[in-house]
Amino acid sequence: MKILVAVKRVIDYNVQIRVKEDGSGVVTDNVKMSTNPPDDNAIEEAVKIKEAGKASEVVAVSVGEEKAQETVRKALAVGADRGILVKADGSIEPLAVSKILQKIVEKEKPDLVFMGKQAIDDDCNQTGQMLAALLNWPQATFASKIEVKDKSLEVTREIDEGLETIEVNVPAIVTCDLRLNEPRYASLPNIMKAKKKPIEQIMASDLGVDTKPRIEQIKVEEPPKRKAGIKVASVEELVQKLKNEAKVI
Amino acid sequence: MSRETMEYDVVIVGGGPSGLSTAIKLKQLDSNLNVCILEKASEIGAHILSGNVFETRALDELIPNWRELNSPIKIKVTKEKFLFLGKKKSLSWPTWLLPAVQQNHKNYIISLANLCRWLAEQAEALGVEIFPGFPATEVLYNEDGSVKGVATQDMGIDKEGNKKDSFEPGINLLGKVTVFAEGCRGHLGKQLIKKFELDKGKDPQQYGIGFKEIWEIEEKNHTEGLVMHTAGWPLDNNTYGGSFMYHAENKQIFLGYVIGLDYRNPHLSPFDEFQRFKTHPAIKKIIEGGKRISYGARALIEGGFQSLPKMFMPGALLIGCDAGTLNMPKIKGSHTAMKSGIIAAETIEEHLKSNKDLSIFDEKLKSSWLYKELFQARNVKPSFSWGLILGIIFTGLDQILFKGKLPFTLRHKHADHETLKPAKDMPKIDYPKPDNIITFDKTSSVYLTGTNHEDNQPVHLKLKDPNLPISYTLNEFDEPAQRYCPAGVYEVQKENDINKFVINAQNCIHCKTCDIKEPSQNITWVTPEGGGGPKYGNM
Repeated sequence: MKILVAVKRVIDYNVQIRVKEDGSGVVTDNVKMSTNPPDDNAIEEAVKIKEAGKASEVVAVSVGEEKAQETVRKALAVGADRGILVKADGSIEPLAVSKILQKIVEKEKPDLVFMGKQAIDDDCNQTGQMLAALLNWPQATFASKIEVKDKSLEVTREIDEGLETIEVNVPAIVTCDLRLNEPRYASLPNIMKAKKKPIEQIMASDLGVDTKPRIEQIKVEEPPKRKAGIKVASVEELVQKLKNEAKVI
Repeated sequence: MSRETMEYDVVIVGGGPSGLSTAIKLKQLDSNLNVCILEKASEIGAHILSGNVFETRALDELIPNWRELNSPIKIKVTKEKFLFLGKKKSLSWPTWLLPAVQQNHKNYIISLANLCRWLAEQAEALGVEIFPGFPATEVLYNEDGSVKGVATQDMGIDKEGNKKDSFEPGINLLGKVTVFAEGCRGHLGKQLIKKFELDKGKDPQQYGIGFKEIWEIEEKNHTEGLVMHTAGWPLDNNTYGGSFMYHAENKQIFLGYVIGLDYRNPHLSPFDEFQRFKTHPAIKKIIEGGKRISYGARALIEGGFQSLPKMFMPGALLIGCDAGTLNMPKIKGSHTAMKSGIIAAETIEEHLKSNKDLSIFDEKLKSSWLYKELFQARNVKPSFSWGLILGIIFTGLDQILFKGKLPFTLRHKHADHETLKPAKDMPKIDYPKPDNIITFDKTSSVYLTGTNHEDNQPVHLKLKDPNLPISYTLNEFDEPAQRYCPAGVYEVQKENDINKFVINAQNCIHCKTCDIKEPSQNITWVTPEGGGGPKYGNM
């Protein structure tokens, strides 16, 4: 079995996001970038499945600018066998990413495609679903547990009501939740080895995919500042304020 | 699980200006050398904080064509000001009356973090292997006592010291020569100075704590290329310190404050002095209407020539501010750190090729401009132990009239942890509450640093005696850690009338002030899990 894992380069989750003054986006110059956290879970799970002898190869793929190569390299350092970087500049929307991934799937013919449930930068939560539609494959989203069966997967999903367990036939798309596993650290020797693993570079335009944005972004602004909390002296005062000021009771 | 070993010709600990310069120079001298750099931050530059007005002298030597290589050195200093601040008034000091070392017209306003990122690109292009996120945690020795290399930190250890599922053992990195370039108060450098008695016959090292904020200010208040320094208010005559304000590009200013850690009043809070300083009319009018976008703090070296330890030992070199090459009156350490890195590389190349002893580092250092600079600067900082006014008068004579050639050397008498007076004998300081416009509290400041440490790991701020903070330091000095820490790591909390010393280690911004200033030297800073700490952008 072969697993393709899609990884995205995003602003590190610890960085305090700053909106550009002209409202055209957020500041990314000299800002620490990392792998989208749930994508780390996707890689970890794929590598675990391979280590358990249930997969033969793990291929990491990313779509983005030249520097997204670092994200692919990181995936190689924690156990992916080889990488693919599809180069495309500017804002690449989920639809374009899914179309690119569709082409890569047609080329690589994996049995499974893993990715994070959503990216922490745009929070779209669309790519996996769109790819499933384009390929007409079954999908298991928000996976917090994956069990590999003979020709299917048993996937536990994080849903509003609790946990849902479904079975999907292979080939399938799985989008991963942060609860799925604890991603490993890349060790120094493995980082060294990763430098020697191959990364194939493809231009998005060579795949015949139009990556032109379909959504017009009007403005990016900071969320309104929250007012500071206050201390109340008594329960009476609290009830008073909840009734008259907050008007919630 | 046994530890893996990787061997290099040269292992460099720390990806700051000195370590990167060593790496680049080594590869220029001999491209076949295997060189690696370990860096504790998640990426190069993320733990770098500096003013910074940059003198290009060392870079001109290292990469003469840097102007053609899209370096982040762009804003030339165009105008200079020096102000003495009174409580409300300010007095502008004519710049022609400043010592030559404090004149900056040939220098550039830069972000040192961005310069380091650029230097790292140059180093990688030459084949240097850089490993961010891997702190060197321990020095490894040969049987004959010489340095063999370093071990990196184990990853995935929980609070109690047990291995987690994600456990990944550290590895041993062995070098024919190991270069320690950890910056001011490096935790391995400190051990080496002690073990090899590198500071024998030297004065105790002197430190300061430096704060920096980046502000985006209104266009009308911004003068690209303007460099301004102040002395005086809010510090009293006996406390050494001053401010900087550098007008960089994109309407940004780099605003900062440095306070000597030899201050005596345990009630003093360096962080709050900095915040208060911003309320001075001469400062407030510039930043008013602007927005603070970054914050950070870092200890720096102030001891200079008298405190500079021996920089070589069997198997290793100690460079940059890990030793202490900052030029205090110049308020610059980047060019000297880089120069020490270049000298280190030249030393190592001769050592490996012609089997010369590493002690040739000393001869090279002594015949360099770096040594001359530090020698000329040597009397400035100690003269300020007589107070600001006498210090300025003496410095004027020493630096302008005699150009640092007076036939005597003033000494640093005390280590910084020895200078605090008992809390009961010193005046309490009433700091104004932050207004969240010009002045801020520590919590909202640390938030801007992007600091994070994996929660479930051992505390990396070790107490030799866990009871001492409450049993002694609280009574004697009102536990100054609550105030000297710029990130609010240390708190004394009262629970049922019992005082408790709390360490919020995940807030630590790796400034090392606690390791320096704790009066009983009870706190030891060790490396946390790799990648932890601040994520500074263009600091």
